[in-house]
Amino acid sequence: MAYKCVVLIKQVPDTKRITGDVMNDDGTVKRSALPAIFNPEDLNALETALEIKDRFGGHITVITMGLPAAAAILRESLYRGADDAILITDRRCAASDTLATSYILSRAVKKLDYDIVLCGRQAIDGDTAQVGPQLAEKLGITQITYVEQLIELSGNRITAQRNIGNGWQQVKAELPVLLTVIGEANEPRVAAAKKMMKYKKASTPIEISEKIKAENPKADAAEIAELIKLRSKSLEEKGLLIKQWSLDHVEADLSWCGMSGSPTKVHRIQSVVLAAKESKDVEPTPDGIADMIHELIEEKTIA
Amino acid sequence: MSNRWHDIRYTRYEFMIDANRKGEVWVFAEQHGGRLEDTPLELMSKARKLADTLGVKLAAALLGDKVKPLAKKLVQCGADKVYLADHPLLGQYQTNSYAKVMYDLIHKHEPQIVLYGATVAGRDLAPRIASAAKAGLTADCTDLQIGDHTAAKDNKVHKNLLFQIRPAFGGNIVATIINLDRWPQMATVREGVMPMPQGDTSRKGRIIEEAVELSLEHLPLEILDEHKRPKKVDLKAARIIVAGGAGVGSKDNFRLVWDLANCLGGAPAATRAAVDLGFIDHDHQVGQTGTTVRPSLYIAVGISGAIQHQAGMAQSQKIVAINNDPDAPIFQVAHYKILGDLNEIVPLMIKTIKGKAP
Ligand SMILES: Cc1cc2nc3c(=O)[nH]c(=O)nc-3n(C[C@H](O)[C@H](O)[C@H](O)COP(=O)(O)OP(=O)(O)OC[C@H]3O[C@@H](n4cnc5c(N)ncnc54)[C@H](O)[C@@H]3O)c2cc1C
Ligand SMILES: Cc1cc2nc3c(=O)[nH]c(=O)nc-3n(C[C@H](O)[C@H](O)[C@H](O)COP(=O)(O)OP(=O)(O)OC[C@H]3O[C@@H](n4cnc5c(N)ncnc54)[C@H](O)[C@@H]3O)c2cc1C
Repeated sequence: MAYKCVVLIKQVPDTKRITGDVMNDDGTVKRSALPAIFNPEDLNALETALEIKDRFGGHITVITMGLPAAAAILRESLYRGADDAILITDRRCAASDTLATSYILSRAVKKLDYDIVLCGRQAIDGDTAQVGPQLAEKLGITQITYVEQLIELSGNRITAQRNIGNGWQQVKAELPVLLTVIGEANEPRVAAAKKMMKYKKASTPIEISEKIKAENPKADAAEIAELIKLRSKSLEEKGLLIKQWSLDHVEADLSWCGMSGSPTKVHRIQSVVLAAKESKDVEPTPDGIADMIHELIEEKTIA
Repeated sequence: MSNRWHDIRYTRYEFMIDANRKGEVWVFAEQHGGRLEDTPLELMSKARKLADTLGVKLAAALLGDKVKPLAKKLVQCGADKVYLADHPLLGQYQTNSYAKVMYDLIHKHEPQIVLYGATVAGRDLAPRIASAAKAGLTADCTDLQIGDHTAAKDNKVHKNLLFQIRPAFGGNIVATIINLDRWPQMATVREGVMPMPQGDTSRKGRIIEEAVELSLEHLPLEILDEHKRPKKVDLKAARIIVAGGAGVGSKDNFRLVWDLANCLGGAPAATRAAVDLGFIDHDHQVGQTGTTVRPSLYIAVGISGAIQHQAGMAQSQKIVAINNDPDAPIFQVAHYKILGDLNEIVPLMIKTIKGKAP
């Protein structure tokens, strides 16, 4: 039996590379100063879907909600073996917290046919690990979180091993399910050269329109529109058109999206200031060490 | 478009509670196999303070099978009430069954705050409930406070909100998150960041037995097998911790860390880099993806002091850092800074301490 998988992926700033220079004085992060990458555990989720497709056949759709630039990770997914890519981009998505994000994603996933929905456990910027379970609830399906190994898939039943911190648990469920996948689950494959050749030109309508405008600086609006239509059609015929959906397209109730759909608000953000405590320099000599140990014993820190 | 699964989906519960300012403060009393986890107990001391500030009752929501005996401990740790949902189908944690019972309890009693440990189960359960309740949820908090917020758009002052304080961006920033009106205000709280209450055996509380409505549709998982290995070390309980980093150099040389810990009666710990290098087992890792500790004394040996490591140890009462790089960030949180080679300093410390022993 072949399986239809939907993988949710997010483009994130590479928070491992944060240094003092990328922090603003008010504690916010200059996102533009950090490279944007494919959220690491979403690569593990995609890899799990690819392994399912390799073994049983099927179809993989990747979806991201984000800025137009997030098309980059959709292309990276196509290079690795995804079949279809969807960008949800809309100004009204801005400032969505995890509840609004999961609502918008659920509207898109509901438009598709699926057996297994896959998410990363956690995104490295927001760091909440909430979107997966919230999406499962909105879809009304079973969730298996912290998946470290897919053990069996047979008919409409799936068996997976979860990492429960100080051990593991194996569970079986009926499809459809939503899995959240952790970094230990697998080693994501690299992009395939052939697929890179094929999908290098895959584009979203926004990218097509920007490219055409740059190529034809003197053309008027009507000409531009016509050129865009032609280019889009030709890309679509070659399977190179990345779908671009707005909130209208997914028929989202706007009161549940963006700022108005987000119960959590940021009251304050501070960069982590390393506490400048009262501190002493201790000479690395027998006397220096002895004095310190003596002090620690005096104040009963050392019994 | 057809979806062949639509017919078999189970019923869902959706509701939304308005701000109930008289509502109680709740802690989800996570237990497995009749044993309470540490995190809900740690949460009780903070939750007690929040409830006192707000002038409301503190309650624990205790779900399980034959778990009534655990209610006493929750009362001793600060609960005024324990809502007890005792049912054979709650014997083993499952997302849907626990989420259903928690929805029902929240819907019935309308608490203003619900707190969960940021454990694997807590992070599996809380977002599911928040999604159904259409309420806000803040992840992985390290502190909670009550405070006022002035809304930017209309200058309206919202009094006595739950300030949910959490690190984000890989630990590089700390955000204070609030939820103005889509209550209950819910948060998961990181393990080990709040002190475990002593427990007062003279405290009295009420146990309220709740009716549980569950059927097999709420148990979509078949749990085949489970393996829990006991932790090799209880870092949270240690008064003194000696932690080694990549700078220690090798597994053999890590003996130095064990020896110093031994002669101080402390526990050995490590950074992720040292664990990844195989110097010591992961159970000993301190930090964002390890254990959070707050000992009386923390000695950092050959540790640079990355933000993810500090997340787990910066609250220690006294910190000693040994490093040969004057710019190592660990020095910024250290009370005693020893600039030099750990291979000379640690043996010197061991010798000095042994010399002082009576
Ligand atoms: C400092 C800070 C703190 C925040 N704290 C909170 C908070 O406590 N509570 C809260 O509700 N919101 C919070 N947010 C908002 C939250 O980061 C965003 O809503 C974000 O869009 C999703 O959350 P996440 O990054 O934590 O994702 P996670 O829940 O960690 O992501 C899990 C998985 O969901 C999928 N996924 C997530 N986002 C997308 C997407 N845009 N497109 C496709 N798939 C996706 C991916 O598979 C991902 O691996 C915070 C934001 C910031 C900047
Ligand atoms: C998402 C995420 C989660 C993480 N979680 C954790 C976590 O939970 N815990 C954790 O610890 N890390 C964690 N890390 C890793 C963290 O970022 C650092 O890489 C790690 O803490 C570094 O370990 P270290 O200090 O041992 O090694 P290094 O950074 O390599 O530091 C070694 C230090 O030893 C000093 N040194 C070397 N030789 C000597 C000598 N002879 N004498 C004295 N000093 C010497 C050096 O000057 C240096 O400062 C996480 C990272 C990420 C991205």
